[in-house]
Amino acid sequence: MHRFANPGRFLRLANTLLPWCAGLAAVSIALGLYLALFVAPPDYQQGESVRIMYVHVPAAWMALFVYTAVAAASAVALIWRHPLADLVAKASSPVGASFTFLALVTGSLWGKPMWGTWWVWDARLTSMLVLFFLYLGHMAIMNAFEDPARGFRAAAVLALVGFVNVPIIHFSVEWWSTLHQPSSVLRLGGPAIHASMLWPLLVMMLGFKLYYVSLLLVRVKAELLAARLRARAYAALDAS
Amino acid sequence: MSAFARLVARDLRLALRQRADAGMVVLFFVLTAALFPLAVGPEPNLLARMAPGIIWVTALLAVLLSLERLFLADYEDGSLELLALAPLPLEATVLAKALAHWLTTGLPLVVAGPLLALLYNMDAAGLPMLVLAMALGSPSLSLIGAFGAALTLGARRGGVLIPLLVLPLNIPVLIFGVAAIDAALAGLSPRPHLLFLGALFLVTLVTAPLAGAAALRQALE
Amino acid sequence: MEQVRSFLAMGGYGAFVWPAFGVTALVMGWLLATSLRRLRGLERALAEHGLIPPGGGGARRGGTQGGGAKEAAS
Repeated sequence: MHRFANPGRFLRLANTLLPWCAGLAAVSIALGLYLALFVAPPDYQQGESVRIMYVHVPAAWMALFVYTAVAAASAVALIWRHPLADLVAKASSPVGASFTFLALVTGSLWGKPMWGTWWVWDARLTSMLVLFFLYLGHMAIMNAFEDPARGFRAAAVLALVGFVNVPIIHFSVEWWSTLHQPSSVLRLGGPAIHASMLWPLLVMMLGFKLYYVSLLLVRVKAELLAARLRARAYAALDAS
Repeated sequence: MSAFARLVARDLRLALRQRADAGMVVLFFVLTAALFPLAVGPEPNLLARMAPGIIWVTALLAVLLSLERLFLADYEDGSLELLALAPLPLEATVLAKALAHWLTTGLPLVVAGPLLALLYNMDAAGLPMLVLAMALGSPSLSLIGAFGAALTLGARRGGVLIPLLVLPLNIPVLIFGVAAIDAALAGLSPRPHLLFLGALFLVTLVTAPLAGAAALRQALE
Repeated sequence: MEQVRSFLAMGGYGAFVWPAFGVTALVMGWLLATSLRRLRGLERALAEHGLIPPGGGGARRGGTQGGGAKEAAS
């Protein structure tokens, strides 16, 4: 793992990977959109509105995936003091927050025709909302210190604590929702799903994941260059 | 007297010297709760129905008030660095700070809770459960809060940052705390909710000092 | 024409389906555009200081092209 600690090596690797990741992401998102909009059948209960699922579910899935990635990067950063891991965490969390936001908005757009209101305190939507706040806290503490290194370490500790808490919060929200709501609430994306709907969903998920990886490469590269520029500015300041 | 007890006693003495602060927390608690009837109307059934939730939410907010200063004074005058060098592990220091915070903030809220319940016309059958649930849940709030305070030491806008970090982590305590009182009011067994509150307390009792000490260490580096 | 109209109507759910896809494209495209713009700005600033990143050149241009295509697709 420390082989990639060298920023030059990472930049070379990123430059090789980026065109492939970005190209594959473009292809799979295009294919996923085609499958989701033209090939997948309408749901017998929800009609054409079920097509929102093909952006909602991948976005929600990525929201959780990116938080896991942030927590894993934070653990690596705290245990091995790996400088790239901090940059991965910093570059990831606005992306994860955006996916969480998308999951909330598309969930609301799906809920309006199904439930008749824009927002229902459904267990999953509520958990997503809390996850959104966790992302915002992580982003806020990352930028709250004069010394960027302080921000990295505080954010890493918070990400790990948040990661431990996500299942606890999710469980308590599920518990709360069973106390307050009849169980007949329509669930978004039930467990049983037909293959004709599953394939477009999987292709979209793959596309979103590759999009995240490409974006991460671009953003980590930018963070590295920014650090290099800062070091240059300090050196110039010392020299003068 | 052990180092741990000395640290708690020192913080308590400091808090007693500024008795107005602890009083301010209770005043905030009662004042905020008194705003709800003015906002939603004085209908007794509605207020009784909302009482457990409002008392818990205002308690969550009141606990936030004194968090910013939990480590700040010691951080600024350098005594935190001495505490870090002392033989007492930093985890125990966090625990001592959280205990002192609970004794000066959580405990007064537990005492003031039933008073609010009376103001809200809550059924007296729920009163013992209100006290029990708050006594079991509020230590978790102090522990999570101590972690948030340690994390934001030296941050710009630390006071605004703490609620953003701490409130989402407090959600489980809020949910089970209210559920226990609601169950008692509905004549159901509050046992499962209390067990979860106890479990949350044990989990935060272990994790908050660990994470808080990690946060303090990186603040002192 | 009729086919296009019925496709856009989405069985009466068009007002919900299209905004959902639209906001997703908008947010994902915006994230990509700002990230790429920041990267290009930093590369330009570093080039001015004579600190051109190793292996920048060709591979970098390929990356931005791929990104552009994706942005158009989503």
